[in-house]
Amino acid sequence: MNPETLALIGGAIVLALALGGTLGWAATRMPRDADGLVERINALLPQTQCGQCLYPGCRPYAAAIASGEADLDRCPPGGAVTAQAIARLLDRPPKSPDPSYGTTKPRQVAWIDEARCTGCARCLPACPVDAIVGAPRLMHTVIAAQCTGCELCIAPCPVDCIELRAVTAAPPSQPLAAGC
Amino acid sequence: MRFETAPAPHVVAGFTVPRVMFLVLLALAPAAVAHVVVFGPGLLLQFAVAAPVALGCEAAALALRRRPALPALRDGSVLVTAALLAICLPPLLPWWLTALGTAVAVLLGKHVYGGLGYNPFNPAMVGYAVLLISFPVAMTRWPLTGAELDWPTLARLTIHSFYSGVPPPDLSWDAWTGATALDALRTGLRQRLTLQEIRAGAPFGVLGAAGFVWVNLAALAGGLFLLRRGIVRWQIPAALLAGLALPAALAQALDPGGHPGALFHLFSGATMLGAFFIATDPVSAATSDRGRLIYGAGIGFLTWIIRRWGSYPDGVAFAVLLMNLAAPLIDRLTIPRIYGQTRD
Amino acid sequence: MQARRDFAPGLILDARKRSTMRERIVAAPEPAQVFVLLDQGDGRRGTPCVREGERVRQGAAIARADDGPGADLHAPVAGRIRSIGPHENLREAGPGIVIDNDGSDERDSRWEPCPDADSLDPDDLIERIRGGGIVGLGGALYPTAAKLAQGRDRSVTHLVLNGAECEPWICCDDALMRECPGEVVRGAQLMLRACGATKCTIAIEDDKAEAGAALEAALAAAGDARLSLAVLPAVYPAGAERQLLTAVTGLEVPQHAWPPAIGLLCQNVGTAVAIARLMRTGEPLIRRIVTVTGSGVAHPGNLDARIGTPIAELIAAAGGYAGAPRRLWFGGSMTGRALPDDAWPLTSAMNCIVAATAADLRAPAQAEQACIRCGDCARVCPAGLLPQELHRAVRSRDEVLLERFGLADCIECGCCDYVCPSAIPLVERFRQERVAMRERAAEAARAKAARLHFEHRERRLAELEADRRREFEDARRRARDSSRDDG
Repeated sequence: MNPETLALIGGAIVLALALGGTLGWAATRMPRDADGLVERINALLPQTQCGQCLYPGCRPYAAAIASGEADLDRCPPGGAVTAQAIARLLDRPPKSPDPSYGTTKPRQVAWIDEARCTGCARCLPACPVDAIVGAPRLMHTVIAAQCTGCELCIAPCPVDCIELRAVTAAPPSQPLAAGC
Repeated sequence: MRFETAPAPHVVAGFTVPRVMFLVLLALAPAAVAHVVVFGPGLLLQFAVAAPVALGCEAAALALRRRPALPALRDGSVLVTAALLAICLPPLLPWWLTALGTAVAVLLGKHVYGGLGYNPFNPAMVGYAVLLISFPVAMTRWPLTGAELDWPTLARLTIHSFYSGVPPPDLSWDAWTGATALDALRTGLRQRLTLQEIRAGAPFGVLGAAGFVWVNLAALAGGLFLLRRGIVRWQIPAALLAGLALPAALAQALDPGGHPGALFHLFSGATMLGAFFIATDPVSAATSDRGRLIYGAGIGFLTWIIRRWGSYPDGVAFAVLLMNLAAPLIDRLTIPRIYGQTRD
Repeated sequence: MQARRDFAPGLILDARKRSTMRERIVAAPEPAQVFVLLDQGDGRRGTPCVREGERVRQGAAIARADDGPGADLHAPVAGRIRSIGPHENLREAGPGIVIDNDGSDERDSRWEPCPDADSLDPDDLIERIRGGGIVGLGGALYPTAAKLAQGRDRSVTHLVLNGAECEPWICCDDALMRECPGEVVRGAQLMLRACGATKCTIAIEDDKAEAGAALEAALAAAGDARLSLAVLPAVYPAGAERQLLTAVTGLEVPQHAWPPAIGLLCQNVGTAVAIARLMRTGEPLIRRIVTVTGSGVAHPGNLDARIGTPIAELIAAAGGYAGAPRRLWFGGSMTGRALPDDAWPLTSAMNCIVAATAADLRAPAQAEQACIRCGDCARVCPAGLLPQELHRAVRSRDEVLLERFGLADCIECGCCDYVCPSAIPLVERFRQERVAMRERAAEAARAKAARLHFEHRERRLAELEADRRREFEDARRRARDSSRDDG
């Protein structure tokens, strides 16, 4: 082998090491666009704000996924579609939702039985999207279009007057909840 | 009374893929005839090997992929690949190289990507390029063309070479094969001969390369037939020929001694075959009309560059493959305007 | 059948109308029973306002549109309401109202002509049209009163009447224009008054020479300078709303917008006649002209039939079945919907019934194959789309690509399907994907609204918390100050 060839091979090896090393360092050490990633993950979540993932809302869960603190299989309302979308975004293998965090249900909205409601107002602060309208000692009702079906209002009600109803593809002229 | 139901439309035009392929093969026939007359029976032998190998490889690949083989074989697309490859290969090629090239074309050029409709590269050109790079000597050995050629001897030479890879004992490569016109042009220019001197040499005819000019004219006729029938659209052939002819003419105007000009390029090598049969393969070409113009022009231009300055005599194969690489980008940049869309 | 030579999009199709075009309109015999479907397409559904067993007069309202753009439905015959809901023998058709015809033809008392329609206030005119239950008779069933009111709100200036009828087999509008050109002109004048436009163009195709002549004569007789006739080349789909408007006016309807955005409004000629009839006799929408044709029908022709008539009776009125009909569809051959049963009732959406034999059908000759990217579909697409790219995007459900290649702009004309050599059912795929896209968009909108509410709530709670803390600090400071003063 003549010196020219040796020089060429040596140069190629040096170049490969340099470029590879730079890329590897950049992948691990350079600061990531953390906020942008959290936004993008949050955009894929269903915004039910139910807390079944054990985080207080969808955004905190998105932040946990971005930081690696939580896995992406904790969202039952999002179901398999959301888990796969997040997996694709983060370039990870897809995962089915973990059933220990809850079951994926079809779309549902809460409905208050006005005959049984006592006006205690305990459900009002429980709703993460302010979909329950009412005041103490006045009738409460759920704004169906705003309700995400997160079920957080069920527990605080002392008379169990709230139930969840599945949403069917009915024509828009048939509202499910007694609107005000 | 009950009826069957099916989605609209209930009446369709009835174009089918097998019919398209059949018409393409029909259009290739004049070029094939010209090829046999000029270069001997080699084409027939090559096709006799390429066709069964292509069908066999396609069937094997589909079986491996667990797809039904019969519908795919019936559509005739692999026969078109085999035919194009056979007509591009030198007629004196030994049968095992033809078989190898065909297998590469069908397996690596088509099925690895998913079969009909999914190949990013033109399968015939993949096979041709692989052979050309791996076996440069055998792939650039074309029979001499000229008045002194005698068809029966050429046939004997071809058959012997086809079976064994060497000429019969009483004939030699040197006496019966030589550089093609494009080959001679390249070497001649490198040796700083003038164009007149180069053109006086054997492989040159009136219009372009002797012998090749007939194949090109026949391919042009077949191509016009395809245009008329609507099988091929005018964008790619027109752009390709323009992309080849315009730089050639311009170069000749600027430096008459160093460039042979547009007519020569249009009627030598695989130009017409490339314009109407090879570059027009819809799967690997660009898909919008404007994109096809760019695609065709790119092939023409690259062909001229490779012929002029490249190491290989005919640039069509590599030009096609390079533009195949560019086709997705061209598609991305040439999306036609949708009705009602305002471009801002 | 071939693609256009002048490289413009669209197809030149074999019209299959020669024989039917020469026939006069024949009144179909009154049916013994009608089944009026409540579904009006696109999620619109009427709510019955009658009860089972009730007797209704012809033209009485039997279903009301809910709050939403629907139209009222009226009884096509006088008789007793037999049932409301799904039909016992035809559950797949959906819910409807069955009326047993008592043969009396007694008209509803509200059915009265309006002789001074020309001096009516436009809003009153629109209200009358709404009361008559008039919907677009070109097949879309969009409530005409709502459309005219929208046109009025957006100050449209140019009304175009669609008499193109570009699809093969259909010729009911042609018959209408040939036999009642005066009604077409009258309807045009009424619509101009209602929507406030200043001119009206009636558009027909150049293969309708007789209809064109009749309309010219009627226009000359009316002497209304606002009205004119435009003859367009017979290319499919010349009658598609956007393509028609561009052909007549040269303007293009912007993407994601409707014709009133550029001052245009389009209505079918059959709708114009229905409005003219409504004003002249007071008759609401209870019948329409329907072409009954196909090689599977003995005497194809145009019938004047009541809404709700079983199709089997219409075919019997056209001489009954001939040959061995294999498929029954309503509409043209390019966009027609196949029906599984000839007991299906006539709806106001059906402009043509075709009983096709094997000779009429030219189904794809082979099973679906891979797309070979030949680009024929892109060449014929009248909306300027790339169906081969859309097909790829639909297969991978890639929303970015679907948006970029304009799936929302597909008019589902079927031209791409027609030319595809790989027999890919493109329109079917696009239609399914558009439904899925709409659902995904609705889902995304809901999620966004929920997120905004949640964030607002978080802010509100944070402010409350901050206020409380501030008050606490103030109280503590006050307590400290006062104790210092004391001590």
